[in-house]
Amino acid sequence: MDLSSMQIIAIFIVSCVAGMGSVLDEFQTHRPLIACTVTGLILGDMTTGIIIGGTLEMIALGWMNIGAAMAPDAALASVISTILVVAGHQSVGAGIAIAMPLAAAGQVLTIICRTLTVFFQHKADSYGEQGNLRGIDICHLGALGIQALRVAIPSTLVAMYIGTGVVQDLLAAIPQVITGGLQVAGGFIVVVGYAMVINMMGVSYLMPFFFLGFVFAAFTNFNLVAFGVIGLVIAIVYIQLNPKYQVMAAASAAGGSSDSDDDLDD
Amino acid sequence: MKKLTKSDFFWAFVRSNFAQGSWNMERMQALGYCFGMVPILKRLYEGDELKQAIKRHLEFYNTQPFVTAPIIGITAAMEEQRANGKDIPDGVINGIKVGMMGPLAGVGDPIFWGTLRPITAALGASLALTGSVGGPILFFVLFNAVRLAVRWYGIKYGYTKGTDVVQDVAGNKLQKLTEGASILGLFVMGALVNKWTSVNVPLVVSQITMQDGKVVTTTVQTILDQLMPGLIPLILTFICMRLMKNKVNAIWIIFGLFAVGIIGYGLGILK
Repeated sequence: MDLSSMQIIAIFIVSCVAGMGSVLDEFQTHRPLIACTVTGLILGDMTTGIIIGGTLEMIALGWMNIGAAMAPDAALASVISTILVVAGHQSVGAGIAIAMPLAAAGQVLTIICRTLTVFFQHKADSYGEQGNLRGIDICHLGALGIQALRVAIPSTLVAMYIGTGVVQDLLAAIPQVITGGLQVAGGFIVVVGYAMVINMMGVSYLMPFFFLGFVFAAFTNFNLVAFGVIGLVIAIVYIQLNPKYQVMAAASAAGGSSDSDDDLDD
Repeated sequence: MKKLTKSDFFWAFVRSNFAQGSWNMERMQALGYCFGMVPILKRLYEGDELKQAIKRHLEFYNTQPFVTAPIIGITAAMEEQRANGKDIPDGVINGIKVGMMGPLAGVGDPIFWGTLRPITAALGASLALTGSVGGPILFFVLFNAVRLAVRWYGIKYGYTKGTDVVQDVAGNKLQKLTEGASILGLFVMGALVNKWTSVNVPLVVSQITMQDGKVVTTTVQTILDQLMPGLIPLILTFICMRLMKNKVNAIWIIFGLFAVGIIGYGLGILK
């Protein structure tokens, strides 16, 4: 499918926003759920975009930047895999499989950009010595611009060449055993994300709640909303009954404010 | 008497949404923090004092991005007092920032990255898999509503409570919140490991033709499902956790699992 120049411009803008989202981690525009949907919308098949987004989102559930550790990059993976599926007529399974090496490439690119940004940091130091607040703004936003282009340039290139069939020929050369295998792996690759979340929590003494959730899911047909509500109730009851907090509350009541003492005296 | 106005806080709030834009390998969120403080510094200082203030806020800084909000509030209150002549040395303001970023990240990471985002995203994704546009919209609205509220009220809270916030962080209010969020997060993760994964081992163990001519095929998967559905994903999750604790990069584990998928599919063990 040949993309119109309007579509290519729109892809450029959306991938800029996704790239910025990836470093900011605020509005979540880099998450597959958002980036794939919008890319799909531009290419004229939003529903496929949403389905790719949902599938990729499950895989990327635990991808997060903690401290100085960088996660695989969802932005680049989302935009390019959606282009390949919708405009390049690939299967959703193939799109998901291609998304993984793209996420790895995106991770390397963001580390390079975050190293280049050290230069902006030093430039900001010298603006600071002049008391130039505008200069600080320019340095900060300039660094953000680099992160936008990091995703936008590769994405736009793919969007421009997707019509020529070169990309499709490359993908068609992949043997069936690979694409089938990747699809099978797509079913359980999500555990990596779950493992990341559990590890990050770092509370092994709360693991019984993990097993409780697991067994509940194994023998019921509840949906996620039900699990959320049950989990919330369990959490509240646990906090209410936990002796640890009761001791703390009792201690603060004993050494409490003079107001409460007065009330007792009266 | 120099006083911060409502619009200064509003612009600090807007700018704090871009806190990580210049995240770099040397000083991480340092420039981003200063970027957020610009409206406040502009109101309070000029000349050499301004230069000194900018320098103060370009020091190393890194935390979970949303919990930066109360720290911005606190430092805004301290800068305001300092601008009005109170003797607050540079080291104290910086000490507050550095002293709070660790404990607050310890609260922010499990609440936002460990619970809020995985749960809202999984909720959105489960809707999205049916092709419904409600999925992405639900995720976007829910997550950002909470995030923006934390940012806005966090700045106000930090500004009015000042350094008392440190006590709240150490006290049991936030500890309760973190522990509760962890329980909710782990419970839902358990459900996800079971429900939102699929593994099928179609190896045939036995094939019996019943008297009525029906053929009952027992595969490895049927046996595993009778034992406990979702056993293989559970074991895989624990293997992944173990590998990550040994500092294996997640992307390598993903590629490793892809290799398992391809080989398993090629040999007919996985379907």
